[in-house]
Amino acid sequence: MTDLVIIGGGPAGMSAAIAARKKGIKDIIILERDSSLGGILQQCIHNGFGLHKFSEEMTGPEYAWRYEKEVKELGIEYKLNTMVIDISEDRVVTATNSEDGIFQIQARAVILAMGCRERAKGALNISGTRPSGIYSAGTAQKLVNMEGYMPGKKVVVLGSGDIGLIMARRMTLEGAEVKAVCELMPYSGGLARNIEQCLNDFSIPLKLSHTVVKIHGENRVEGITIARVDERRKPIKGTEEYIECDTLLLSVGLIPENELSKSAGITLDASTNGAIVDQDRQTNCEGIFACGNVLHVHDLVDFVSDEAEIAGISAADYINNVCEEKININVKTDGKIRYTIPQVITKKKDVTVYFRVSDVFRNKKICVYDGKRLVFSKKKAKLAPGEMESIKLMGDMLDNSTELMFKLEEA
Amino acid sequence: MYDVAIIGAGVVGGMVARTLSAYNLKICILEKENDVASGATKANSAIVHAGFDAKEGTLKAKLNVEGSKMMEKVTKELGVKYKKNGSLVIGFNEEDKLAIEELLERGKINGVEGLRIIEKEEIKKLEPNISDNVTVALYAPTGAIVCPYELCIAAVGNAMDNGADLKLNFEVSSIEKEDEGYKICSEKESIKAKFVVNAAGVFSDEIAKMAGDSSFTITPRRGQYILLDKECGNLVSHTIFRTPSKMGKGILVSPTVDGNLLTGPTSVDIEDKEDVSCTPECFEKIIKEANENVDGIPYNKTITSFCGLRATGSTGDFIINSPTHRFINVAAIESPGLTASPAIAEMVKELLVNEGVKLTEKENYNPFRKAMHAFREATIEEKNEVIKKDKSFGRIICRCEGVSEGEILEAIRTNPKPTDLDGVKRRTRAQMGRCQGGFCSPYIISLLAKELNIPCEDVTKFGKGSKLITGRTGEEIER
Ligand SMILES: Cc1cc2nc3c(=O)[nH]c(=O)nc-3n(C[C@H](O)[C@H](O)[C@H](O)COP(=O)(O)OP(=O)(O)OC[C@H]3O[C@@H](n4cnc5c(N)ncnc54)[C@H](O)[C@@H]3O)c2cc1C
Ligand SMILES: Cc1cc2nc3c(=O)[nH]c(=O)nc-3n(C[C@H](O)[C@H](O)[C@H](O)COP(=O)(O)OP(=O)(O)OC[C@H]3O[C@@H](n4cnc5c(N)ncnc54)[C@H](O)[C@@H]3O)c2cc1C
Repeated sequence: MTDLVIIGGGPAGMSAAIAARKKGIKDIIILERDSSLGGILQQCIHNGFGLHKFSEEMTGPEYAWRYEKEVKELGIEYKLNTMVIDISEDRVVTATNSEDGIFQIQARAVILAMGCRERAKGALNISGTRPSGIYSAGTAQKLVNMEGYMPGKKVVVLGSGDIGLIMARRMTLEGAEVKAVCELMPYSGGLARNIEQCLNDFSIPLKLSHTVVKIHGENRVEGITIARVDERRKPIKGTEEYIECDTLLLSVGLIPENELSKSAGITLDASTNGAIVDQDRQTNCEGIFACGNVLHVHDLVDFVSDEAEIAGISAADYINNVCEEKININVKTDGKIRYTIPQVITKKKDVTVYFRVSDVFRNKKICVYDGKRLVFSKKKAKLAPGEMESIKLMGDMLDNSTELMFKLEEA
Repeated sequence: MYDVAIIGAGVVGGMVARTLSAYNLKICILEKENDVASGATKANSAIVHAGFDAKEGTLKAKLNVEGSKMMEKVTKELGVKYKKNGSLVIGFNEEDKLAIEELLERGKINGVEGLRIIEKEEIKKLEPNISDNVTVALYAPTGAIVCPYELCIAAVGNAMDNGADLKLNFEVSSIEKEDEGYKICSEKESIKAKFVVNAAGVFSDEIAKMAGDSSFTITPRRGQYILLDKECGNLVSHTIFRTPSKMGKGILVSPTVDGNLLTGPTSVDIEDKEDVSCTPECFEKIIKEANENVDGIPYNKTITSFCGLRATGSTGDFIINSPTHRFINVAAIESPGLTASPAIAEMVKELLVNEGVKLTEKENYNPFRKAMHAFREATIEEKNEVIKKDKSFGRIICRCEGVSEGEILEAIRTNPKPTDLDGVKRRTRAQMGRCQGGFCSPYIISLLAKELNIPCEDVTKFGKGSKLITGRTGEEIER
């Protein structure tokens, strides 16, 4: 029996481990399938990490190193090159590596911190051929930053998520020609600062409301056809434009890596593709917690670390049998607000609720209702899907309610 | 001098080679691509048809039923995944019902066992997710599914283990008749063989012409598919066909042997024999029709789409004959060619004997091949035994499909040896999962480079010019 098993040694896993250790949990193990700790941050060699949490600008590896150092100083055990292949509802974790073979650990508590993966081309149903030269942006990032290989010379990026934007700049800096970044939506899904620093500074055109309709080239990509899309996101005939290129990078969304969560019987939220959790980041399976990108996709690692601390502390309390009075409030949204974390509130204390909107909105009021009663409201000049928002609800607001409704109203 | 040269390493060429490799013959398989199973064999519905479709009296009907009966044994010997899941031809109205009754009759004449017509209640019991509009169905318990490229790879590999040679990147461009047989040439090299088998798929008419036979032509008929995540593989357990009509056979919905859900194919005549590009119209058609057949197909769980070309012949039937001395056509092998392939191989053997091939059985012939998925299917204890001996089996490279480094290395070292990413994919399933190689392809590139002793820059997706990496970072880029 191990007190706490943490799956994934990225920023979420490490931060959760540190928080649990500081709460007195000694028997912790982090299982990480990669050959080092740090998760996706290892390949993010650009600046911009840690502004919120440490008020300094670090690269991804530098940010990860802070946590890795602490993990080591605190003597937290971890196993690398170790892939978890199954978790059961009663917290038996099955993993494999070359030294131990396939082994099982019974855990008192489990923290899921597996991160996310990129959506693949297959999901897009793009017409045309299937040549080489089509990469997800993260794969390209790994090739360039970790292996020192160039995936191509003339590049078009589909999708203006942060990884796409960052890779547009990276490829340009490496001498490739980035011809355009196409975005299906009328707005970018990436952070405003990334659009400025990754595209505008390099005069890379951002084509909003555009998509790739056809891939050309038999062996290697030779070009692509893009077209403008209408409000229903369908290509408009007559707006096609051919762009010669040898590489198409896709940055079309990230999906929380929840295959293991499903095997444990954890209920997922259709909007986040992550687990449904309470304020402690506990899932519907008792003793199993989730944090970081496996719970919902974050754009800033600082928030990942914060969230993971909550999960680490809560897991420690769970292991130490800290009991508190339970309530049960479901948090609902109106669609304009796409989702909230947590989705359930079970304790009557102050809680920060994180959320994302589904479109770009201006001059709105964030309202929280308990039935007809408005319990909270706050004005906001601009909201965008790319930026995560949060509000803090006080414990005494939660009196006797069973459901809270999050809405966007005219300011 | 070879005894037999087989042109084309699809499932037909592969099964012919395997069948012949049981005898004392020097065999060479010639394939224009960088790997076997690169034509229709890698992109089809993967159904072992029961045999009620083909018109009675045709070669298609005869070889379909024979092949379907042989398939279970062949796949067992070759360690290929096969599942007798049964199939349903569903109907929505009276007209469909009449057509289904006709299929039943035809099936009986063709010798298909166990066929019967079932009504709504029983259909729903077999397939709870089938559309409520379905009223009647033909149930064929002998219908099955198989992994087509695995079958081809295993057949070629088994033939090679029994002595056959395989020449890849050998595109036959001319055939010269000589006293003792034929000289078969590509632009770069040539081989000689006493007998030739033409199994060149959509190009078989052109190969026949090289040998002086212009009696038929092949038109490529393109079929497009959409493949869904393993999460959706349980939506149906049988293969669900629509009732064939004047408009063709329609879109089917079927599980695959690996647990994914396959929907398609469309049917479009084209001119270019290499054009396997997907079109938006076909995406729409597949989604619309599949949704009419089965409720709740989650197309947002699509993981890939692809096209295959049917080699539709001008005669309407398979063309298996000897138009000229010592030369055998195995042409126009459209559906049910995969099903029929073991029976086709037997027929080709007979034709070769008629042409003068002397068959003496090989003493040490081994019909068996280790399953490519042996490790994947093993128990935890068995796996740990393997990992103890070879640690690389404990290191997972493809996380979506859970494929270890050991399995990939084993595939790279086993006949027919793959030298590109797609080849590794078809043998191990690494890169075939939901992230489609996003995570593991850089690792596999370096494994291939190391094993083949070539720089990473030279590793391709599927041979020819399909390079993956254009250079190193920090190098000048020529524009
Ligand atoms: C390209 C890119 C650019 C970004 N840019 C910025 C930026 O400029 N500023 C910023 O603040 N944030 C940025 N972020 C966001 C931030 O880095 C991520 O949100 C954060 O790294 C997520 O942390 P995580 O621990 O949840 O996931 P990850 O870092 O993905 O870590 C998950 C870990 O779990 C392991 N794992 C998964 N499954 C298993 C299993 N079954 N068994 C064992 N181990 C497993 C993985 O190998 C991985 O190491 C960026 C993200 C990306 C992808
Ligand atoms: C859309 C579709 C769905 C189908 N569904 C089914 C089904 O469900 N069940 C079933 O039983 N059958 C099905 N079939 C039929 C089945 O796929 C084929 O009958 C079978 O794969 C044919 O195998 P083959 O070896 O003849 O052709 P191929 O696999 O095409 O092999 C021919 C090979 O010859 C090579 N070649 C061509 N020219 C040359 C040259 N000049 N020199 C050297 N090599 C050359 C090609 O590169 C290729 O590898 C389907 C076919 C399609 C297209």
